[in-house]
Amino acid sequence: MGVISAGTTLLDAGALDSDVATGKMTLIKTLTASNSANLSFVHGASSVIFDGTYDSYVFKFIDIHPETDDAKLMVNFRDGGTAYDAPKTTNFYRAQHGENGSNGQQGYRTDDDLANSTAVQPLTMDIGNGNDESASGEMTIFNPSSTTFTKHFCATSSALYSGNFAMQSFAAGTINVTAAVDGVQFTMESGNFNGVIKLYGIGA
Amino acid sequence: MGLISDGSTVFDAGAMAAGFGGALVFIKKLTASNSATLSFVNGASSVVLDTTYKEYLFTLKNIHAGTDDTGLTFNVSIDGGTNYNVAKTTTFFRATHGEDGSSGAIAYVTGADLAQGTGFARLDNDMGSDNDQCMSGILSLYNPGQTSFVKHFISRTSVSRPTNRANDVNTSGYANTTTAINAVQFKMNSGNIGSGDICLYGIA
Repeated sequence: MGVISAGTTLLDAGALDSDVATGKMTLIKTLTASNSANLSFVHGASSVIFDGTYDSYVFKFIDIHPETDDAKLMVNFRDGGTAYDAPKTTNFYRAQHGENGSNGQQGYRTDDDLANSTAVQPLTMDIGNGNDESASGEMTIFNPSSTTFTKHFCATSSALYSGNFAMQSFAAGTINVTAAVDGVQFTMESGNFNGVIKLYGIGA
Repeated sequence: MGLISDGSTVFDAGAMAAGFGGALVFIKKLTASNSATLSFVNGASSVVLDTTYKEYLFTLKNIHAGTDDTGLTFNVSIDGGTNYNVAKTTTFFRATHGEDGSSGAIAYVTGADLAQGTGFARLDNDMGSDNDQCMSGILSLYNPGQTSFVKHFISRTSVSRPTNRANDVNTSGYANTTTAINAVQFKMNSGNIGSGDICLYGIA
């Protein structure tokens, strides 16, 4: 049975009609790390969509808790092969402030940027592994399936460093390939991690 | 015919009822093809830009310049798009890093901000026009339809510079008017928008 309202088909054949206006931020996949070495989102695997279906994609990383003290959450991208080694030119800067009021400052971090490098890119500053220490944030990647342009991404995060500092980090850059990016992998700078990473598609 | 479940209207008048389908509501997509401007005018071409939403989100994807060293800018209108000339005070800072590893740095750019300027506001540094170079990012405009306060915006973009540098650009500011904003226009600071698209969403 279908549902037709004011001459417009709303429901039919067990699904919403494609012309019905709905929300455009769609949860695609939730992965949970439990002392995990990595979390990977690969188009076509485990119900992950990461292609031209959506204009842009947002990853939300929530309560990332490292097993190793003072490790950064890292990201890398794959561009057709199975390796996460797409070349990137990136920026990284951060603001910080101690719980005791010390060292409120911001600055660029040359140690955390990349110059056309295939290495992993930091998304956060060092995350403490105390019981209450973690990091959360998000990363947007625009039109990863383009085969014309390089791909841009922007990330923002808040982390609690073991020295009891609040660290706000900004990472952004260019994935310097015109091949489609079809996979994203999150790891720690060292050791394993816990937490949740969600992938959303932003449609038009 | 409508559809009512447990006393809640789910569908009526040919559309999903408010509160169903997610909070990020797609409104309009404009695609540039060597275009002088892209304009979102409330009430025209199905654009909603009024008090319906408290926040509007523009996603800027693969904006490609026809010539080197030109950047994307925007302005707002309080007269339905007849004039785009509202006074704005803005901030502009950017991080930059070369593909060759040179000059990773963050800095405020005084030449790119506005102090009660009625001209178009910069959203990025000038981009390169190589075939694979472009910029992507977002612009959030808060409560443009209210008539009590100035109107704030925040933007973040990732840009490929002509000199093969990745720039992470942060701009923010306010349109210094208590009159409702009802149109937003994008254009390059010189020349046309070669290609790319801009989507407008309302956040319920």
